[in-house]
Amino acid sequence: MRIKSQKDFFAGLLYVVIGGGFAIGATNYTVGNAARMGPGYFPLLVGILLAILGAIIVVKSLVVETPDGDKIGKWAWKPLIFIILANFLFGILLGGVPSLGIPSLGVIVGIIVITLVAAKAGPEFNLKEVIILAIILAVGSWVVFIWGLNLQMQVWPSFISG
Amino acid sequence: MDLINNLALGFSVAFTLQNLMYAFVGCLLGTLIGVLPGVGPVATIAMLLPTTYALPPVAALIMLAGIYYGAQYGGSTTAILVNLPGEASSVVTVIDGHQMARRGRAGPALASAAIGSFLAGCFGTLVLAGFAVPLTEVAFKFGPAEYFSLMVLGLIGAVVLASGSLVKAIGMIVLGLLLGLVGTDVNSGVARYSFDIPELTDGIGFIAIAMGVFGYGEIIANLGQAQGKREVFDVKLQHLYPTKEDWKLMTPSIVRGTLLGSALGILPGGGAVLSAFAAYTIEKKTKLKPGEVPFGKGNIRGVAAPESANNAGSQTSFIPLLTLGIPPNAVMALMVGAMTIHNIQPGPQVMTSNPDLFWGLIASMWIGNAMLIILNLPLIGLWIKLLTVPYRWLFPAIVLFCAIGVYTTNNNTWDIWIMGWFGIIGYIFHKLAMEPAPLLLGLILGPMMEENLRRALLLSRGDWGILVTRPLSATLLALAAALLVIVLLPAIKRSREEAFVED
Repeated sequence: MRIKSQKDFFAGLLYVVIGGGFAIGATNYTVGNAARMGPGYFPLLVGILLAILGAIIVVKSLVVETPDGDKIGKWAWKPLIFIILANFLFGILLGGVPSLGIPSLGVIVGIIVITLVAAKAGPEFNLKEVIILAIILAVGSWVVFIWGLNLQMQVWPSFISG
Repeated sequence: MDLINNLALGFSVAFTLQNLMYAFVGCLLGTLIGVLPGVGPVATIAMLLPTTYALPPVAALIMLAGIYYGAQYGGSTTAILVNLPGEASSVVTVIDGHQMARRGRAGPALASAAIGSFLAGCFGTLVLAGFAVPLTEVAFKFGPAEYFSLMVLGLIGAVVLASGSLVKAIGMIVLGLLLGLVGTDVNSGVARYSFDIPELTDGIGFIAIAMGVFGYGEIIANLGQAQGKREVFDVKLQHLYPTKEDWKLMTPSIVRGTLLGSALGILPGGGAVLSAFAAYTIEKKTKLKPGEVPFGKGNIRGVAAPESANNAGSQTSFIPLLTLGIPPNAVMALMVGAMTIHNIQPGPQVMTSNPDLFWGLIASMWIGNAMLIILNLPLIGLWIKLLTVPYRWLFPAIVLFCAIGVYTTNNNTWDIWIMGWFGIIGYIFHKLAMEPAPLLLGLILGPMMEENLRRALLLSRGDWGILVTRPLSATLLALAAALLVIVLLPAIKRSREEAFVED
């Protein structure tokens, strides 16, 4: 058996797994009946529906011919890793991780780091340019979010501002 | 005349200094993100939702609405000058708009888009004001069975008109429904799918999901594709005005586009994108006048009609939201979120419980359209400059604004983690060609659908027949079924696929 549409095959598989997972999970809650729906009733129904839809897509992807095989193509690992890494670093710097004893370093440090790391995701990386961008964004964000909109967040590292 | 009294109330709300300012900010931001390819209204509104906590609800909604219809104006500028759709709704404008620019007629193209948008926006707002009262009265007749059926129709409508594979798109809705069920069940108090994580008992924040999928997911996808060099056309202000010949051609197109867009915007699943596609298709079917430039070679009608239609559609898509409380597209789903943040339950009662908000929002749209034509025509030079800003400066800023925005929703880093994971998921969706907009609709409607289905079946003592024995509910379900059947008919299926290949 040859996969005729790679994209559809994996999309369908994803639906089957997620739908099945939700449906199985739903059986842990009271399902009840139509007149008295328990917390498990609707998720069970919808989970099964998703799994069926997924199965239809999988079958179609194995049967219906496509001109180029609908290949998924190369994954853009570099942008994926750097954008998501930048996001997680920002969270760690802004909130700290109390369970690991990492203190909050505040939003300004967070902005500098998120900009530098996210910029690495692009095809070109010019350090001087990115540093200037980071400083502009840090100052701009301070003016708009902290000073202007008065949003509550740690601005400077907690060991400086106390 | 109730309508006049109501509109007078609306204008008295919208004309306060504060609300004028927020309408302006919304329109300005909307134009900005409309002009910039790769930044859409969904991500922007999600980013700005948290910052509206501190605002009065009217001001918040006025600003967010301005972003949506403002983006329709801005999108055409990029379509015409750069040969890239600034917004999804400008995809068809690229075809003739850019050809006009190549022939040195960028000015009239921009002007016809802006004038068409303005007239269409004004008309759409009137339709919204006129339809609101009668539709609200219908909505009060709705019981849980009708609401459930209406949501089914809305969701089916949303995917039938979406691009790509139908089954896959329905799957995205269903996936959204499931994700919406995570968290505490309001009825039994049971925390579903929370894996004993306290944050999950409140559900997965839909702002975090929206920004992860639409913000991060799209940035990663954009960076993964090779970036072509952008060629930006310059326009001189004095060459902006259409000739007499242009006026003759574009006026009927604007009228057709406006009427079509207003009608399609009301439909569940409708809105700006669908309206623009349909309007262009209709223009192409009309006969060319002798000496007229053919379509695809720079016909002004190919710009005026879709641009009028997308603006009219974006205005009238507020009708189902404001009267029935059902969001017809992803942007409106976010507006539901905005209203809930301010403790307003979207639905027919908004008009009576918050008349200032309801009519103020409608009046602000008319004012916003007037602001937009000023922003877009005389200030066109500014937007041309903006188009020369390279993407490598933009995307780190977008990543940053997403991160700050999502953090401020609950002042908790939990939402940042969720957004990161959904960024990865969003990229997977992109790679597997799974349309993310229906997911957002399902996410918002999931808990509402469950609640209405539960109530309907409780009333009927478990008899599913209630959905088809009540006439209103049966009609709605029949419409949904008819939509599905029509789309699956071979002839329609083929032309639907062609319509989406065209871009």
